[in-house]
Amino acid sequence: MKYTEDHEWLRDEDGLIVVGITEHAATQLGDVVFVELPEEGTEVAKDDEIVVIESVKAASDILAPLDGEIVEVNEALADNPGLVNEDALGEAWFFKIKPSDLSPMEDYMDEAAYREFIG
Amino acid sequence: MTEAKRTGLFDLHQELGARMVPFAGYDMPVQYPLGVLGEHRHTRAKAGLFDVSHMGQVLLRPVSGNVEQAARALETLVPADLIGLQPGRQRYGVFTGDTGGILDDLMIANRGDHLFAVVNAACKDADIVHLGRLSDHCSVEEVTDRALLALQGPAAAAVLSALVPAMRDMRFMDVDICDSDWGPLWVSRSGYTGEDGFEISVENARAEEFARALLAHDDVEPIGLGARDSLRLEAGLCLYGSDLDDTTSPVEGNLAWSIQKVRRKGGAREGGFPGADRIVEELARGPARLRVGLLPEGRAPMRAGTPLFGEQEDTDPMGQITSGGFGPSVDRPIAMGYVKTAHAALGTPLWAELRGRRLPVTVAELPFRPATYKR
Repeated sequence: MKYTEDHEWLRDEDGLIVVGITEHAATQLGDVVFVELPEEGTEVAKDDEIVVIESVKAASDILAPLDGEIVEVNEALADNPGLVNEDALGEAWFFKIKPSDLSPMEDYMDEAAYREFIG
Repeated sequence: MTEAKRTGLFDLHQELGARMVPFAGYDMPVQYPLGVLGEHRHTRAKAGLFDVSHMGQVLLRPVSGNVEQAARALETLVPADLIGLQPGRQRYGVFTGDTGGILDDLMIANRGDHLFAVVNAACKDADIVHLGRLSDHCSVEEVTDRALLALQGPAAAAVLSALVPAMRDMRFMDVDICDSDWGPLWVSRSGYTGEDGFEISVENARAEEFARALLAHDDVEPIGLGARDSLRLEAGLCLYGSDLDDTTSPVEGNLAWSIQKVRRKGGAREGGFPGADRIVEELARGPARLRVGLLPEGRAPMRAGTPLFGEQEDTDPMGQITSGGFGPSVDRPIAMGYVKTAHAALGTPLWAELRGRRLPVTVAELPFRPATYKR
């Protein structure tokens, strides 16, 4: 598992990268009431804003962590946005990306570094 | 930056696991471990306890000893019938400015030989200076030695009457001073959630003990500012600074109901408050814009600042959302905002621009959830 400074987690699943947000981020957001996902098949560039998360408090974006193609999105989140608070690291993954450039992965944090990052 | 002020319940909030945020110069609980959704639903199902000690509590004592003198004086700043406000009763009103905008909104109670007002935290210093204009007629005293709690929800009356039997006969918008184990409580049967409930002013020294006694009841949970905001939005109630400001008249703000007939054109005490020219005229002829309820289509919340359009293709917005979010008890996004009067009729389809896209939104009745006041 790798982590970004935007509190996303990235898990390699047979060459696809599964992306979600961390429990820390979910706690900070508060109760999530709406998630807007990108369309499957969308080509994205790193740092594109591709997911909108609305909590009871505010709207925030999830950025594409890599260049690539969105090959699958988690439709369950549209019906049950609260999954993000219940199981941020598991059931509440947002999308799977087929990366065209994996080099940013080297800059992302491992778990120990992320823990230090959030203090 | 100045140090954030703390209410008398600060230590209790911390002990209860609150997340504290700066609000109107105070460190206030935005949520407790239950979370905003859970706190909102709990208040609607049972009872929620809110610390609203940051709000201003003000005593207006008439120089003559006759409360009518204070009421008459306050009528020069507030377009409401205050002389007609009966002892033991409370009423909502606004301070208006010279151009007819709202300087603050407040609750005013007649306590027999004086008036008691509760004003917004962010405005209280300015309000007290403003009230100083009345000094020939009444003294203005900010109450700084009392906390203010709100107990809201269907179980509130049962919880409070077990502890304070003296409040048993109160109905909506009644005020009373009730003896209790925590000293004299200044109680009003009112609140800002759309629920039956009470606001209770208690001596600072006894406030934590009193709050603990309320929280000891199984039906009572502490509620933060996050749920307070979603509760008041569902109830169609305004947040000063968001839905009302010094450019917005009470008529535009859809608060004409707070201006009784006696202060309107042809009334016995017509006008006679700041900005009366504009406000009396708007009451007679209608305002150019109006605050309305708005239901976004779909699930995406639309928040304050979202521009509103009459037609999907319009280039210029004709209004904007001033409060919006998710309504947990109506299970959908809700909002309110200002639109040109021509677009204000119930059911009018409008368009909102959200993240570069135009999405449909419909003018809807306020409140989004019927109030459950005990009248």
